[in-house]
Amino acid sequence: MSVLVYTESENGVFKKASLEVASYAKGIADMMGTSVTAVAVNGGDTAPLGTYGVDKVLNIKDAKLDAFNAAAYAKGIAAAAKAEGAQVVVLTQSANAKYLAPLLAVALEAGYASNVVSLPESASPFTVKRTAFTNKAFSHTEISTEIKIVGLGQNAYGLKEASGAAATEDFSPELGDFGVEVQSVDKATDKVSIADAEVVVSAGRGLKGPENWGMIEEMADILGAATACSKPVSDLGWRPHGEHVGQTGKPVASNLYIAIGISGAIQHLAGINSSKVKVVINNDPEAPFFKAADYGIVGDAFEVVPELNEKLRAFKAANS
Amino acid sequence: MKILVCISHVPDTTSKINFTDGDTKFDTNGVQFVINPNDEFGLTRAMWFKEKQGASVDVINVGGPETEPTLRKALAIGADTAIRVNVEAKDGFQVAKELAKVVQDGGYDLVIAGRESIDYNGGMVPGMLAGLTGANFVNTCISLDVDGTAVTATREIDGGKETVKTSLPLVIGGQKGLVEESDLRIPNMRGIMMARKKPLSVVEPSGAGTETNAVSFEKPAPKGAVKLVETVDELIDLLHNEAKAI
Ligand SMILES: Cc1cc2nc3c(=O)[nH]c(=O)nc-3n(C[C@H](O)[C@H](O)[C@H](O)COP(=O)(O)OP(=O)(O)OC[C@H]3O[C@@H](n4cnc5c(N)ncnc54)[C@H](O)[C@@H]3O)c2cc1C
Repeated sequence: MSVLVYTESENGVFKKASLEVASYAKGIADMMGTSVTAVAVNGGDTAPLGTYGVDKVLNIKDAKLDAFNAAAYAKGIAAAAKAEGAQVVVLTQSANAKYLAPLLAVALEAGYASNVVSLPESASPFTVKRTAFTNKAFSHTEISTEIKIVGLGQNAYGLKEASGAAATEDFSPELGDFGVEVQSVDKATDKVSIADAEVVVSAGRGLKGPENWGMIEEMADILGAATACSKPVSDLGWRPHGEHVGQTGKPVASNLYIAIGISGAIQHLAGINSSKVKVVINNDPEAPFFKAADYGIVGDAFEVVPELNEKLRAFKAANS
Repeated sequence: MKILVCISHVPDTTSKINFTDGDTKFDTNGVQFVINPNDEFGLTRAMWFKEKQGASVDVINVGGPETEPTLRKALAIGADTAIRVNVEAKDGFQVAKELAKVVQDGGYDLVIAGRESIDYNGGMVPGMLAGLTGANFVNTCISLDVDGTAVTATREIDGGKETVKTSLPLVIGGQKGLVEESDLRIPNMRGIMMARKKPLSVVEPSGAGTETNAVSFEKPAPKGAVKLVETVDELIDLLHNEAKAI
């Protein structure tokens, strides 16, 4: 019996989202009176996992797994779940976790609930709350299989420290046929990705043209934020497609979302509803985004943003 | 190449979301249903394979008779035949199992599904279908080329994209990027007339059960009003002291 959590790392370092799912797995384990085992793939220092409630780490070390492969990763995690007699398996909602989770569900004949936002409401029946209708509602979903898979939305639970140390073991499951082979990866390594970002600075068609994005990047730089945009902006080629946020783009679940010159169409809002604090800068007081925002400034982006950047820089210098 | 495109019948994005029966059922009153946006990109890519490489394109939906207009629309866009598995879709696993049976019986080489549907946003069906049929699987697919049985695909990853090689049989979870948005097709009169004559077969379900069950729904608590500020100093102060966001 245990709760199993799949913890993702990059270059051996565990991601913040992994520490969050570890915290969450510990929460479930406490509810069920059991322990937490983490599966890591080529994980480095596993001590941080212990700090967030993991009792044991199964580290799958295999150079073939340096490039992510959903089928092989799912096989490895399924083998770990069986070895540990896991009742619940917890994953993040990163692109890779969302890719492998349904394969894992088939391998374990387990029901899978994605986009979960809180601890189970009850352990038996096992019921979780998840977002539905592109964040316009929640569904209380019961998972009826013996093994349950939960995909926890980014920043939905937060980090909870627990005193403990994780014992680490090497684990070498049979990985089977890879089926899909990575040829090349095209990723900006020096930039915060939207999925991992605590703060996202996003701009829309109100910025008039790609040449005006300097002030947006500057704000992102000051705040350690990722940059994002509305759909027309990426359609017009002003910004790369990977930055487009919304129903047909990326979801954002950051702590702070700053929207500049974005109208707040329903399809855009669908992608940002799970962000905590929303700030809107728009020259149109009637822009629908103000209805979804926590804080707003009605004003011209070309006046507000440079001044905001200057003052944020001073604020950061004084508070770091 | 024999292609099956999975079509999810979903409420149009601008629909108001309400529930009935003590918040246990989605209220379809006044809701317009459309082809799931992610599936529309996939269907258009399938049409390209049909026109340029001579593929056949069938579309499928697991659902009740009310989804037939959505399937007819896919036929009007150019699919050859449509299949409806006659059972109410209750969870991803059940849908994937019903689809798997059709895929296996029909001997499809390529199955194009959307990375997620915009109703329950599960993101489960394509991967489960691949797992159940033993096909290769590429998720969040933004470009797809097939040469014989060899496949090159690009998929979106967090912070970038990656290019992969794989082979048929294949299931993809597709999304925006698979084709240009300007290439998405709107059914024209001729397509609509032809769609009426195209076969839409109704097959009875294999009876796959569900593994999850949406017990009830809830709408988010109404949000407090926005705090409008006049100066950036005020904004910084609120973000720091009140929201604790910087
Ligand atoms: C099926 C479907 C899916 C879609 N998916 C998405 C999606 O995933 N993401 C998405 O973003 N959109 C999506 N859309 C498009 C969406 O409906 C809107 O068209 C889009 O979000 C508008 O982008 P925008 O706010 O940048 O541009 P606009 O609508 O042009 O708004 C620009 C805003 O900038 C303000 N502005 C102008 N000048 C200034 C200035 N100097 N200073 C300050 N403010 C200024 C204006 O007042 C306006 O509010 C989708 C649409 C459909 C039909």
